[in-house]
Amino acid sequence: MSEAARAALPIEFRDVSYGRAGTRVLDGMSISIMAGAPTVLVGPNGSGKTTFLRLVMGLLTPQAGQMLWAGRPQCPVTRLAFVFQRPMMLRRTVAENIRYALRAARASRERESARIDELLALVGLEALGRRPARSLSGGEQQRVALARALARNPDVLLLDEPTASLDPAATKIVEDLLRAVAADGIKIILSTHDLGEARRLAGDIIMLHRGRLLEHGPASRFFNAPVTREAAVFLAGELLL
Amino acid sequence: MPFVNPELFAILSLSLFVSLSAVILAAIVGIPLGALIALTHFRGKAAVIVILNALMGLPPVVLGLVLYLLLSRAGPLGFAGLLFTPQAMILAQTLLVLPIIASLTRQTIQDYWSEYRDELTAMNVSKRRRVATLLTEARFSLLTAVLAGFGRAIGEVGAVIIVGGNIDGYTRTMTTAVALETSKGNLWLAVNLGLLLMIIVVLINVLAGLIRRAGERLAA
Repeated sequence: MSEAARAALPIEFRDVSYGRAGTRVLDGMSISIMAGAPTVLVGPNGSGKTTFLRLVMGLLTPQAGQMLWAGRPQCPVTRLAFVFQRPMMLRRTVAENIRYALRAARASRERESARIDELLALVGLEALGRRPARSLSGGEQQRVALARALARNPDVLLLDEPTASLDPAATKIVEDLLRAVAADGIKIILSTHDLGEARRLAGDIIMLHRGRLLEHGPASRFFNAPVTREAAVFLAGELLL
Repeated sequence: MPFVNPELFAILSLSLFVSLSAVILAAIVGIPLGALIALTHFRGKAAVIVILNALMGLPPVVLGLVLYLLLSRAGPLGFAGLLFTPQAMILAQTLLVLPIIASLTRQTIQDYWSEYRDELTAMNVSKRRRVATLLTEARFSLLTAVLAGFGRAIGEVGAVIIVGGNIDGYTRTMTTAVALETSKGNLWLAVNLGLLLMIIVVLINVLAGLIRRAGERLAA
């Protein structure tokens, strides 16, 4: 784990609540996310996973409670990067999309072209640098989004169901990339409703249900000996109402 | 052949000069103004949007009359000596077109912003860069806004006839010429002028459409 990541972590929720249109999306959430292996958020649709990630990224502000990043209340937005479920591609080439992210991150212009090549190689899109980003497949666009996120040199990478609409081959490419990124010391916090993906990637698991924290602990414990009945139901593949 | 007639050529040239100048000026002001309104929060924003939308339907004769009163010798801007000049006509058309371009830009940029907001915010893109990005991304939609403005300007008669005076060889445009010839009973000439005007408008729109399509294809 890099020194910088330690500086951005832990990320703490202190009795955080967030609501929308009269509904509590997150309710009294208290949790700490530490440096280390990927943290995977699981839970049925509508459990609050996306809201959780958006709060971590500072895209939303808690309506009650407090968020802390490395003990400070200001979101260190330059240390974080976010990959959305459906990433928005700028109407320009793949390479220009990455260049845009580099410039937004105020990266050195001297090494800009070399860095674009590095990032394209990292996500396996060397041959597609000159293609319009919007003409790529969903899996390829997700990799462009990952390259853009990594262009920011983040300490913490947040991903909201990054493989939700991808086929198995594209999913494997993205998961392999995430493992490589995690091995490089970048803290990954990822949401998914694919339990297989959670098993493959997670160091620890956070399970949410109806905006409340149900479980948080090592992935092995969650999968082998869930504490709550709801988690057991969810793991059994039954509908969690 | 209309183009061998120097008088008609002068009328046509003046029409295009006045309307294109007005659209360029209105775009220079209206596009940033629309983007600013779309991307900033201020008290009374909803009222500003309602007024801007309402001004899209501003009756040209009313605007022409107001400008006439302002620019006439006895008016507060009479010293400028602009009344019955092409400059006054450009001013009138600019003011007519400005709300159209600003309002359509505001709506376009607002729509793009709702699509791009999360990503640009997560990338920590500066405010100035956000505006530039959205304007660049929306460039082909904004071309439609500019074309709508041009359509309003080139077909407008009420304001330019009041502030321009329809002076032969100086401030006579296609539309004012059509109005004059119709009032004189020269319907055949009026119809031909009208048809020529329509052809020009269609040609400009076709050209813009081709540019837009080629650009969209390049940008995918």
